Amino acid sequence: MQQTPTTKFGDKGRDKFMNGKNTLLEVKNLRTYFDNKEGLAKAVDGVDFEVEKGETLGVVGESGCGKSVTSLSIMNLVPQPRGRIESGEILFHSNGEVVDIASYPPHSKKMREIRKTYLAMIFQDPMSSLSPVYTIGSQIMEGIQLRHNVSKKDARQRAVEMIQRVGISPAEQRIDDYPYQLSGGMNQRAMIAVALASNPSLLIADEPTTALDVTVEAQILDLMMELQEEYRMSILFITHDLDVIGEMTDRVIVMYTGKVVEIGSVQDIFYNPLHPYTQGLLKSIPKIGRHKELSPIRGSVPQIYNLPDHCHFAPRCPERMDICTSEDPPVFNVGENQQAKCWLYDEKGGDR
Amino acid sequence: MPDDNLILDVDNLKKYFPVRKGLLQRVVGYIKAVDDISFELQQGETLGLVGESGCGKSTTGECLLRLMEPTAGQIKYKNEEDEWLDILSLSAQQLNSIKRDIQMIFQDPMSSLNPRMSIRDIVVEPLEVHGIGNKKSRTETAKDLLEQVGLSEYFLNRYPHEFSGGQRQRIGIARALTLDPRIIVCDEPVSALDVSVQAQILNILENLQENWGLTYVFIAHNLSVVEHISDRVMVMYLGKLVEIADTEDLYNSPLHPYTEILLESIPEGDPKAKKKRGKIEGVVPDPSNPPEGCNLHPRCPYAQEICSSEEPELINRSDEEKDHFAACHFAEDLELKGYGDLVEGIDVG
Repeated sequence: MQQTPTTKFGDKGRDKFMNGKNTLLEVKNLRTYFDNKEGLAKAVDGVDFEVEKGETLGVVGESGCGKSVTSLSIMNLVPQPRGRIESGEILFHSNGEVVDIASYPPHSKKMREIRKTYLAMIFQDPMSSLSPVYTIGSQIMEGIQLRHNVSKKDARQRAVEMIQRVGISPAEQRIDDYPYQLSGGMNQRAMIAVALASNPSLLIADEPTTALDVTVEAQILDLMMELQEEYRMSILFITHDLDVIGEMTDRVIVMYTGKVVEIGSVQDIFYNPLHPYTQGLLKSIPKIGRHKELSPIRGSVPQIYNLPDHCHFAPRCPERMDICTSEDPPVFNVGENQQAKCWLYDEKGGDR
Repeated sequence: MPDDNLILDVDNLKKYFPVRKGLLQRVVGYIKAVDDISFELQQGETLGLVGESGCGKSTTGECLLRLMEPTAGQIKYKNEEDEWLDILSLSAQQLNSIKRDIQMIFQDPMSSLNPRMSIRDIVVEPLEVHGIGNKKSRTETAKDLLEQVGLSEYFLNRYPHEFSGGQRQRIGIARALTLDPRIIVCDEPVSALDVSVQAQILNILENLQENWGLTYVFIAHNLSVVEHISDRVMVMYLGKLVEIADTEDLYNSPLHPYTEILLESIPEGDPKAKKKRGKIEGVVPDPSNPPEGCNLHPRCPYAQEICSSEEPELINRSDEEKDHFAACHFAEDLELKGYGDLVEGIDVG
């Protein structure tokens, strides 16, 4: 395999799905830090990736790997005052124009404009995004009216259509329900309707099915796939569940302690994982009918205030080499569309 | 008398919660959290219990330990002297001796460990309650137990907040082992844990089972985890048991439409696999007002007239050695799809 070291993720790996023109979002060397009383938490520490138009990009990792903070950074909604985007660029492409989200203050007019026009987000807990004191109808209509210049009556008509579309019935009656009158799965659907009301270019889904029962999860995942085709949006799908990743995504980013450790197509990640962390994750999940011993990664995720030097995964890594604890691993291109931040793929570096 | 290898025999277990309304808080109805279920537990096996939230699986687990008082039914336990005792009719003193034999591991290791107690105190507390050993021997026991679950004795004087989720779950397991139990009821023991840590805990549970001859009731909503660890699996829906079978049989040739719905719903990660998923209808109905007849019938793709009027019985449908219980009028007629039939493109089973 041809291996060339590079300095950042995302330089290669587009050929298959895209060419440069089709980029929707570029995240470049993003660092998002939090000043906590325990110290400085580098929640996102030098992350590079791209989202192409119409693709579903999965972000997978365990708790504390920075996947949620990455998504909040893209929305420019990092919790204030302790958190901040320390450095980096978040370039959003629309109509031939490129804006850097990271350069705007979170509450500026321009930022609100970008959010309401192009971005939408859904969460694990629908109640963290729906307001309990407004009907779901009025929350959907708000999105429609912000984006489109339509009368209240037309907005209501479109809200009914949205509610039907996400599978809440009977829509004409449910439109006047408050969130407390709906079940968890129905609220999740309502939240998706609210998010899609403004017809966003990028939907960020942060563990959207984690709290749901398995049958409801299947319904919501199917719904998201249908809606993506219909609305031709890009989805950034954040989850810890590798099975959901496999079912939903085109490409996958694997994160560990605030850094991206591997990027590849979903096939590469499942059949030819490069980074020992990705390999470990895959060996940790039970697969139905394919009886095998689980071989978990030893130890647990280190605390964000007390990260090991250089490669953060080295203390848990079964393939650790001397260089891993003395020098930061760069990003290596392996094959056409896959990249890993691991010394194993250095041509000069030791023996595999 | 049931056959020799049984350790627990549950008959017609019911747990009803009253629904009260109005100024006088009159009882206007009942939520039948567990509604007349019967099953047996073989010594040394892992019996998985799956179902969606609100189906009564945790309530069942708590009733087994009498952490919750059942409304009716019998739970017979065979102790080490081969005597059958009904857990529900025992005096407090007799119950105490049985409680040593049946222990529980909980989902959330943070809320089940007292934050003001050191790890040593948490692990040896059951010994103190039962007056076993002296201070020195108890500390020795604690060291042994921590080693069993892969923690260093160096942690003895630390407190729960100093540990990660996975380590706390290990402490919870050590505490459950303190009294040398025979049965452990594991209620969602890995669902709050990260993927890599979840596998560690599953391996620990399997090793302990082998070394200590433990019997597990393993309650979880994650069907892949249950498939991995269980010898037999029970499926619950709205307080009822709908299917009990050998793990392989249940996943490969289910006999109840609800089991098929669950298998259809599982996300399959393998990118080569194509999941054939029918449209899954509706949600779990309100448990205070369950449907008449078979309570699945409003969601069931195979429902017929009889399903809305007559409740199906949970009967053994297998003529082979292994039992396969299913509560469906058409269990023998339907040809339901197993997990292998539902995924295309990969080899399962």
